[in-house]
Amino acid sequence: MVGSLAQPLLFLLALGYGFGAVFQKAGEGSYINFLAPGVIGMSIIFTSIFSGMEIIWDRQFGFLKETLVAPVSRFNIMLGRTLGGATVATIQGIIVFFISFIAGFHPYNWALVPVLILVMMLVALLFTALGTMIASLLDDMQGFQLIVNFLVMPLFFLSGALFPLEGLPKIIDILAKIDPLSYGIDAFRALLINTSHFGLSTDLMVLGAITFVFLSLGSYSFSKIQI
Amino acid sequence: MDIIEVKNLTKKFGSFKAVEDVSFNVAEGEIFAFLGPNGAGKSTTIKILTTLLRPTSGEIKLNGYNPAKNPDAVRHSFGIVFQDPSLDDELTAYENMEFHGVLYDIPWKLRKERIEQLMKFVELWDRKNNLVKEFSGGMKRRLEIARGLLHHPKIFFLDEPTLGLDPQTRNHMWNYLKELNKTEKITVFFTTHYIEEAENIAQKVAIIDHGRIVALGTPQELKEKNNSNSLEEAFLNLTGKTIRDEEASPVDRLRTRRRGWARR
Repeated sequence: MVGSLAQPLLFLLALGYGFGAVFQKAGEGSYINFLAPGVIGMSIIFTSIFSGMEIIWDRQFGFLKETLVAPVSRFNIMLGRTLGGATVATIQGIIVFFISFIAGFHPYNWALVPVLILVMMLVALLFTALGTMIASLLDDMQGFQLIVNFLVMPLFFLSGALFPLEGLPKIIDILAKIDPLSYGIDAFRALLINTSHFGLSTDLMVLGAITFVFLSLGSYSFSKIQI
Repeated sequence: MDIIEVKNLTKKFGSFKAVEDVSFNVAEGEIFAFLGPNGAGKSTTIKILTTLLRPTSGEIKLNGYNPAKNPDAVRHSFGIVFQDPSLDDELTAYENMEFHGVLYDIPWKLRKERIEQLMKFVELWDRKNNLVKEFSGGMKRRLEIARGLLHHPKIFFLDEPTLGLDPQTRNHMWNYLKELNKTEKITVFFTTHYIEEAENIAQKVAIIDHGRIVALGTPQELKEKNNSNSLEEAFLNLTGKTIRDEEASPVDRLRTRRRGWARR
């Protein structure tokens, strides 16, 4: 776990201090403050998708097979697994949140932190459900690398985690609008540093809707798993 | 009523017929060996019987229930030990048993009693608080046997149960199963590539090849019909001596990777 925390911290320190001056000069304020919600989002999306993908392995060699022959509905199994994965991802996000203090970040209003945690859970659920859905459709780990490079990385980089979403070239702007993570990180920013591109209520509505869709699709593809 | 009734079972994957018109019955309390070369359709048949796959056509009854229509009733009726371990390595032996008890709705007090009884039966009670990742292959197999029996199923499926085990463990395993079969009248349905084991243990044997049943009867009957001195000889006569080349399935690839990582 320590290893997986090093990456967010590295991002924060290297990019935060690296781009800090430039960002400030562009009139956008503290880059560390801007970046921290993005880094929290990073750890959540990666942890979530990975835990969803674990199913591929689990299905053949792990405990999952035992649950598939048990008299338990597929939906319950999927829900349990998704909630479990999302919880782990949220805890990871919370740890990154605290670690960001090392880099000099601080939230503008501590009273909003419980709300932040709930939103983190929502984002974690969204991506764990997505990971579960993808994993239900794949047969072995080869596809895994593909997914990470062609899906997760773009989702992360185009989400406004690292750069503001204002004044973007048209195509990137469109992609960022389709990216669910953009709304998640925007929500984090709204709660942590009181700046938002889409507006907090839009964020929450979009996140809620997409999470619901992914959970439904995820449980459908999970129920179709054949070993 | 036989405890397993399979009539004209067919399973197609696209145009490929993995299992074609297979019929056999297993009587309650019988020890039944399901043999066949690689790619014959054994795993497919077992998966259909254990609700993991749906048949293309045919009638199946397990303990009187249809796996496709009544999966939960069927699931309560059988326990299974898979070829690859399906334990949670990060939990203790006791916790794995406990989880199974919860999944199968066994009430708390009964669960406690049975877990102790079964773990003592497979001689793992003194390791109950050890993490499963510390267990050897043989210990894991024994734990899975104990776990599979926790809900007192009528049928016990075992897919290659003695693969990779040392002689002592193999001996113990068959003794447990023979004892259970004698005292609790549990039906034992297993597949194996160790034909001599099947000959020693099984009361009835079915041999499947290219998706079809090519022989069905007691080991003695099969030997007589094929003029052989051993069941293995009969098997080779029926299924031919050429090696079946297969492509590695995704599962095989995963298995190879796992062997690379695992200690044992």
